Amino acid sequence: MLNVTGLVKTVPGGRTLFERLDLSLARGEFVAVTGESGAGKSTLLNLVAGLDSPDAGSVCIDGTDIAGLDDDGRTRLRRDRIGFVFQAFHVLPHLDLAHNVALPLALQGHDAHASLVAAEAMLASVGLGGRGDAYPRELSGGELQRVAVARALVHRPGLILADEPTGNLDPDTAARTLALFVDQVRHAGAAVLLVTHSTVAASAADRTLVLSPTGLVERG
Amino acid sequence: MARPASLSVAHRWLLWSEWRAYPGRALAAVLAIALGVALGFAVHLVNASALGEFDKAMHSVSGSADLEIRSANAFGFDEMLYPRVARLPGLDVSPVVALSALVDDKIQVSLEGVDVLRAGGMGQGASDGGAEGLADFLSGRSVYLSAAALSAAGRKVGDSMTLGANGHAIQVRIAGTLPSRANTNAVTMDIAAAQWRFGMLGRLQRLEIRLAPGIGTAGAMRMIRAVLPPDAIVTDTASEAARNDGLSAAYRVNLDMLALIALLTGGFLVYSAQSLSVARRRAQFALLRVLGMQRKKVLGQVLTEASVLGVVGAGAGVALGLGLASLALNLLGGDLGGGYFHGNAPQLVFAPWAAAIFGLLGVGAAVLGSMVPALAASRILPALAIKNAGDAVDPRVRARPWRAVVCLVGALLASLLPAVGGIALFGYVAMALLLAGGVMLMPWLARALVSPLRHVPLRHVPFRLATARLWGAPSQASVALAGIVASTALTVAMAVMVTSFRGSVERWLGDVLQADVYLIAEGGRGGFDAATLERMRKVPGVAWLGVLKETPLQFDARRPAVTLLARTLTGPGGHLALMGSRITVPAGATAVWVSEPASRIYHWKPGDTLTLPLPGSPKARVAGVWRDYARQHGAIVMDEGTYARLTGDRSRTSVSVLLAPGANSDTVVAGLRSAVGPGGGGVTVSRPQDIRRQALEAFDRSFLITYLLEGIAVCVGLAGVAATIGAQVLSRIREFGMLRHVGALRGDLVRMLLIEGALLGLVGGIAGVALGVAMSQVLIHVVNPQSFHWTMDTLLPWPLLGWVIAGLAVATSGTALVVGRSVLSADAVRAVREDW
Repeated sequence: MLNVTGLVKTVPGGRTLFERLDLSLARGEFVAVTGESGAGKSTLLNLVAGLDSPDAGSVCIDGTDIAGLDDDGRTRLRRDRIGFVFQAFHVLPHLDLAHNVALPLALQGHDAHASLVAAEAMLASVGLGGRGDAYPRELSGGELQRVAVARALVHRPGLILADEPTGNLDPDTAARTLALFVDQVRHAGAAVLLVTHSTVAASAADRTLVLSPTGLVERG
Repeated sequence: MARPASLSVAHRWLLWSEWRAYPGRALAAVLAIALGVALGFAVHLVNASALGEFDKAMHSVSGSADLEIRSANAFGFDEMLYPRVARLPGLDVSPVVALSALVDDKIQVSLEGVDVLRAGGMGQGASDGGAEGLADFLSGRSVYLSAAALSAAGRKVGDSMTLGANGHAIQVRIAGTLPSRANTNAVTMDIAAAQWRFGMLGRLQRLEIRLAPGIGTAGAMRMIRAVLPPDAIVTDTASEAARNDGLSAAYRVNLDMLALIALLTGGFLVYSAQSLSVARRRAQFALLRVLGMQRKKVLGQVLTEASVLGVVGAGAGVALGLGLASLALNLLGGDLGGGYFHGNAPQLVFAPWAAAIFGLLGVGAAVLGSMVPALAASRILPALAIKNAGDAVDPRVRARPWRAVVCLVGALLASLLPAVGGIALFGYVAMALLLAGGVMLMPWLARALVSPLRHVPLRHVPFRLATARLWGAPSQASVALAGIVASTALTVAMAVMVTSFRGSVERWLGDVLQADVYLIAEGGRGGFDAATLERMRKVPGVAWLGVLKETPLQFDARRPAVTLLARTLTGPGGHLALMGSRITVPAGATAVWVSEPASRIYHWKPGDTLTLPLPGSPKARVAGVWRDYARQHGAIVMDEGTYARLTGDRSRTSVSVLLAPGANSDTVVAGLRSAVGPGGGGVTVSRPQDIRRQALEAFDRSFLITYLLEGIAVCVGLAGVAATIGAQVLSRIREFGMLRHVGALRGDLVRMLLIEGALLGLVGGIAGVALGVAMSQVLIHVVNPQSFHWTMDTLLPWPLLGWVIAGLAVATSGTALVVGRSVLSADAVRAVREDW
């Protein structure tokens, strides 16, 4: 599903985040990446998503090297094959929940009705059935993150990139949201690359990798 | 399945949700465009309707003639030209005597003597008659009146009336009406009777010519020119139309340009609104990019928003413009107070092409105004923006003024270029470039003006926060100020130009109104003859009497006539205020002094020799140039004695009198009236203060529409600054929440917003005034001389400029305060935890 080979990235000021980083994810595999603040976890996700460019190395998704794609090509790749979950929920405040969740389908060009039906179904699967016409301001943090999970999965992507998805939630809500997240991605059969500080969140993964300047090291 | 080509569903959702969430912002942008389009379209419609009416009036005079030979002066040409032209092949010629006349000694009419047998085909036919009626008409005992003249005189067909012209008066019967001249005050009589009864024997004013099939206009004109004397000119319908158009072209273009600048101001407001909207949605656009919206689709999203706002605004603007034009025609007349056209208010004519063009300009302004913010939205770096939803400003980035400098240099170069077809096209280009350059210079200027305040050793935290923000985010301040700087600059430019113009006119009136009393002979009276003038000179209390004869001279068939002023140039009231160099004309040569507009239009300068289109085509030397604001199409001054010698004409149209010390003005005026004749009728008496008041009233009336346009531009600008600052304050709610968290009191934040608003208003005011003064120099030294052919001295309306700056500071700080107080509630504290 995902093959990262020999990735090198330095940040302005000359600091090297990682040298020759390698990473592979098979379809349906759930990998957590942890590391100190500033180690480059979010940058790794940005590089995988084609939102940032490496100094060297390659990122291949389903056999496609994203370095060979232009901006539009990378955008299409994200739109069709990747789902995102952020620490801040990033739910559009002016759209109701159904439209928020249906947005990736609408961006793919599906018609409005089909997109909204799929979004309602997705909302039901994350425990928000029948609340499609509610607006984000009416929801709690945990509920908003469930909306974000629904949006990440509604177009059935092969790869989910999650950046501290429970970082803004209290421990109980975080645990429930994480369980739902794991359940949904397993059910969808998607590969997951999760970056997190949380050992609880990392423990839900099939394997956990620690990011350091020398690369990724498997935690035992 | 997916249809990648179509993203319309997502576009629709995003557009609709944005407008539903912020209807006020969308409405403000729509209104800004609607007002700009409405002003432009209304001004255009009024001009087009007035010109249409004017053309109709001209057409009713010349009927369906293909060519016209007209006298280059008021004396007419020798009637022997008629048989010479009539003998040319392929021409059907009809002669006309044209005079200014008075009905019953009070109603001003244009009198035409026509050859009734030939004029039947010229569209001047009367509506009824008969054999007896024809005999009466041919003998000059009866005349035909237009419906307007009949109504103005309070007469009906069959009544008798007095008809006076050229110093002669006769009793005539009204034989019928003139349907072709219904809307103008016109009287038609037999040509021979008109020549005989009104002292025009042997003279004609016009020959109307129809061409036989197969005869070309150019060939016919060549043929006619070969037999034409210097005091007659031949014109075709094209040159006639050009002459009519030239009467008011510069004035109309000036109004059109003002209206377009109002539209440009609307465009700047759209720019402000869209820039803020993009800044507020920075993280949202980043999310859309992450979720798979392509860069060009983000660009398209913002431009689609602008296009829809532009289409709605332009549609509303066209409708509003139609209403405004109708209102303006009824209230101000066809020249919007300019004094170019006379008569009834013309009928409004809807112009679909003009509506489409102004509509497109409106959409164009909205789209262009959104281009910069749209590009900014599409260039957002998603990875960065999604992490940092707040302000992306980096205070270390230096403001780069080079684009502004390019625009300002371009403006300077454009202002040096000449007029195109009599229109100051490059002057307007220079103004637009100044406006664009000035707005682009704002970030640099805002930082430069605020920079010294940062070093003021003041420990007042709100002051330090306010100055730090304005210094650190000057481009955001510029966005808020773009609309108001544009409208302030426009208003200040017009105010400085009008103040300078009015001041120069006042000074000029002081120079030219040297006498104590002025007597003007009304049209049709034939002026004051030599005997009357001699009697007037002898009236007790008259210390000095100067005379004036005004008569038109046609130097160029495609231009309006120049006015010849034959006047007394000696004695205490005979002074002529000259500009620039002057020469002494050799003894024996005829000296003339040309007005500034005449000098600019015809490129006459001191020392040049002119051939005057007077009988005998005399030569004259230009001895100097004098300032004149009364006759836009040019005037020539000549000594009245020389004029009498050249033309034999001893009648004078007006008289100016200096009173002897101690003389009673009313007694002298009564004496002068008695000298004119029994009852002293047909004479208007004016005193300099009355003329001065009337002239300044006419001046203010002609600039009424300008004041209205200025007022609207300021209102649009103020509405824009209120909306923009309000939106900026609202978008900073998390910043306020953070400051409240770290211990800033609500009062501190209110004071910070107040100071920020006041500084913003001051910066905008100073920039707007400076830009406006620069633009006024283009108006004064480029647009006015090129359009209206006169110059003026710059006078700055200091109190107004002070009020503009103070008013802006109050408006901006007031808006910031009102909006700030509403958001500085508990919401601000909570907002720091919100998603966005």
